[in-house]
Amino acid sequence: MTDVRWPLWEVFIRSRSGLEHKHVGSLHATDARMAVEHARDLYTRREEGVSIWVVRSSDITASDPADADALFEPARDKVYRHPTFYEIPPEVKTL
Amino acid sequence: MYSQGLDQPGGPPAAGASDAAREAQFLAKIAAEEKIEPKDWMPEGYRQTLIRQISQHAHSEIVGMLPEGNWITRAPSLERKAILIAKVQDEGGHGAYLYGAAETLGVTREELIEQLLAGTAKYSSIFNYPTPTWADVGAIGWLVDGAAIMNQIPLCRCSYGPYARAMVRICREESFHQRQGFDIMMKLARGAAAQRRLAQDALERWWWPSLMMFGPSDADSRHTAQSVRWKIKRFTNDELRQRFVDFTVPQAEFLGLEVPDPALVWDAASGHYRFGAIDWTEFQEVLRGNGPCNRERLAARRAAHEAGRWVREAAAAYAAKQPARAPAAA
Repeated sequence: MTDVRWPLWEVFIRSRSGLEHKHVGSLHATDARMAVEHARDLYTRREEGVSIWVVRSSDITASDPADADALFEPARDKVYRHPTFYEIPPEVKTL
Repeated sequence: MYSQGLDQPGGPPAAGASDAAREAQFLAKIAAEEKIEPKDWMPEGYRQTLIRQISQHAHSEIVGMLPEGNWITRAPSLERKAILIAKVQDEGGHGAYLYGAAETLGVTREELIEQLLAGTAKYSSIFNYPTPTWADVGAIGWLVDGAAIMNQIPLCRCSYGPYARAMVRICREESFHQRQGFDIMMKLARGAAAQRRLAQDALERWWWPSLMMFGPSDADSRHTAQSVRWKIKRFTNDELRQRFVDFTVPQAEFLGLEVPDPALVWDAASGHYRFGAIDWTEFQEVLRGNGPCNRERLAARRAAHEAGRWVREAAAAYAAKQPARAPAAA
């Protein structure tokens, strides 16, 4: 009675040229070609995309949210990386 | 929807953080309107509540394909047929988005589908009512999808990220469903006497079951209070039901149809319609499996699942035979 389990894929769609591919969700498929075809049917029924990427979920390496504090901490005290850190006198234009 | 497959074989959960501390952190995030994502720590009750709610929702989309699918071969025109096919295909897609969201919580789609087929999982009571006439397709779109939208729009702001994202996508598509239903009702309501009778009859059969879609009244709802605290739900069942009545009664008036509730009255003081008592015995019976079509719906699902088995097996066998190779270059 138990079914063969199909692997999980993550789907990325480019909504129009000029924009990046964006993660839209996941689906099950036996191989890459089926994953692209299912992604077409599942995520672009209303012309939401011009290009599809699929990648096996198990091939993605992700950072661990539990480590997020330590991982992103180095950027926290470097506000000088933002232009708003610097005060420019109002009479100075186009800077 | 991020999925279970993304879980890395990482180490144990953050050392030193007790469950109480993590729960406090979790509640603070909820209070700050931050989303909870699949790999974030969450209380077991939150996880189980979401699995139950999202999978019931997914099952409802899948079973919901059946009453309308009944009319695909008999739609009154080629255009109506194309629209109905598109709508039923959307429902299948919604089921897939939702199973995907549920899978991020540590269950597999196969387990959930097995629960549905075994009859141990719940799905929306509404889909156990029959669709004997074409007007039922209109009434389902107008009332059932209308009630679903009322329920689903607040879910777009649900605290669990993958569910909220699935709901955004679903709501965007659901609006077409409701409008095509109202369009069918409008054509019938403006048609010949026999067509108007069909429309009125469908409204009479679908009105009360649609109100029941919002679930038990707040006093009897076991899950509402906790779900509201966790920001899974944003409004109670009764609040959403009232809103649905307030929106829908004027639409019925526009159609020239009569809502089958003698107690229905506009209350100017509160700015709401007051409506009659709901027959909760009927609701409980349908949930218990004794609605008009419960057995038929499950039998149809099981038959479809079995009939598709060879396709799933063949696809898996074909994939296994392919030489290991990198996916096509993007």
